[in-house]
Amino acid sequence: MLIELIVNGRRRTAENVRAGESLLYVLREHLGLRGSKDACEQGECGSCSVYLNGDLVCACLVSAGQADGAEVVTVEGLSDGESLHPIQQAYVSEGAVQCGFCTPGLIVATHCLLDASSDPSDEEIREALAGNLCRCTGYEKIVSAVRLAATETAAG
Amino acid sequence: MDYLRPRTWQDAVALKTENPAAVPINGGTDLMVEIKFAGRRPACLLDLSHLQVLKGWRKSNGTVELGAGVTYTDVLEHLGGDLPALAIASRTVGSPQIRNRGTIAGNLATASPAGDAHPPLLATGATVRVESMRGVRDVPVGRFFTGPKQNVLEPDELIRAVLVPAARGPQQFSKVGTRNAMVIAVVSFALAFDIPSRHVGTGIGSAAPTPIEAADATAYLEQELDRGGYWEEHRDLPAGTVDGFAERVAAAARPINDVRGPAGYRVHALRVMARRTLRWAWSALETDGTHAH
Repeated sequence: MLIELIVNGRRRTAENVRAGESLLYVLREHLGLRGSKDACEQGECGSCSVYLNGDLVCACLVSAGQADGAEVVTVEGLSDGESLHPIQQAYVSEGAVQCGFCTPGLIVATHCLLDASSDPSDEEIREALAGNLCRCTGYEKIVSAVRLAATETAAG
Repeated sequence: MDYLRPRTWQDAVALKTENPAAVPINGGTDLMVEIKFAGRRPACLLDLSHLQVLKGWRKSNGTVELGAGVTYTDVLEHLGGDLPALAIASRTVGSPQIRNRGTIAGNLATASPAGDAHPPLLATGATVRVESMRGVRDVPVGRFFTGPKQNVLEPDELIRAVLVPAARGPQQFSKVGTRNAMVIAVVSFALAFDIPSRHVGTGIGSAAPTPIEAADATAYLEQELDRGGYWEEHRDLPAGTVDGFAERVAAAARPINDVRGPAGYRVHALRVMARRTLRWAWSALETDGTHAH
């Protein structure tokens, strides 16, 4: 089937999409947006976190047909061209990135958190990121990065 | 795999009759995993996720009608007052990403013995509204599950809504898992007091082939509360009553040993959870005087 969707503000189409494919597959393989990572394919790890019509979701659990007509924002849509989003910069500054595979999903989940709550407590941060698994750094630096991003966003 | 996207609920019902093998998809949090991970290949997907009519809820005559598209996030953000046990249970589901997509109706359709919504729906006496071209029928949730991942839905039927009585007394839910987020329940338990009717409801998850009620336990507790005049005066419950209730809850379980936990542990945990949820709920009554949410 053919699906049409708005990705990061641009209207995109994907052809010859099979019904059982996921939005994640469409993003990565049809549209060439490989920021959203394909790790567990069962909604456990959060590496494919994107916004679907404003809600934070795992793109691997959205069937391609369900995304037809939807508005999707991926990690690629958060930065301003080549300059990093303050959340991305905070992850770099705090050393919250090691292998980097979980990072795009964490960036989108952090964006969603800070959109709803500009000064989250540590508990709120851990709850908001509970669906995003990192197997390298542990979560201390990630939580520090979120705190820094919250401060930077508030200051900016 | 075909893909059907009905524009209206009536179209969806008609399409399900025409294509009885079509598998409904809404949040996709169970079905997409089965497709991607377990190799399930439905002949056809029936996409209900675009039907706005399923996404709302309304309260009338003391009952909250949840459309089949209502998500865990909807329940925990908006319905904690009327449906406290279901809201607490929703809060324990997966992660924000999963809660934003997964639906209460989808939990029923999957009919896992471990489904987090099931114990609260059992404890509150909820009803599943099912529709086909042949008509509408209401199935009490206690009669909805027929086995592990099996329910009473006929091939031409879709879940239209879930009807949950609004709380008229304290409710609690408890779940044991290996961490706080992203866990399938090792065992779970819900308790609901309906003060005006002097009724106690229970629901047990992950400890039998289907979610079950603990009928002996509720009958016992109701009787003890009657006999001691506790419905009128919310005094401290005697330890014997709390233990007697917990023992009967544990006795209702028929758990198996599996990868998430041994049967003996499940029975033990259930006894502890029954005791705790009863104390939590009862203390809310004592504090509030009438009933607390």
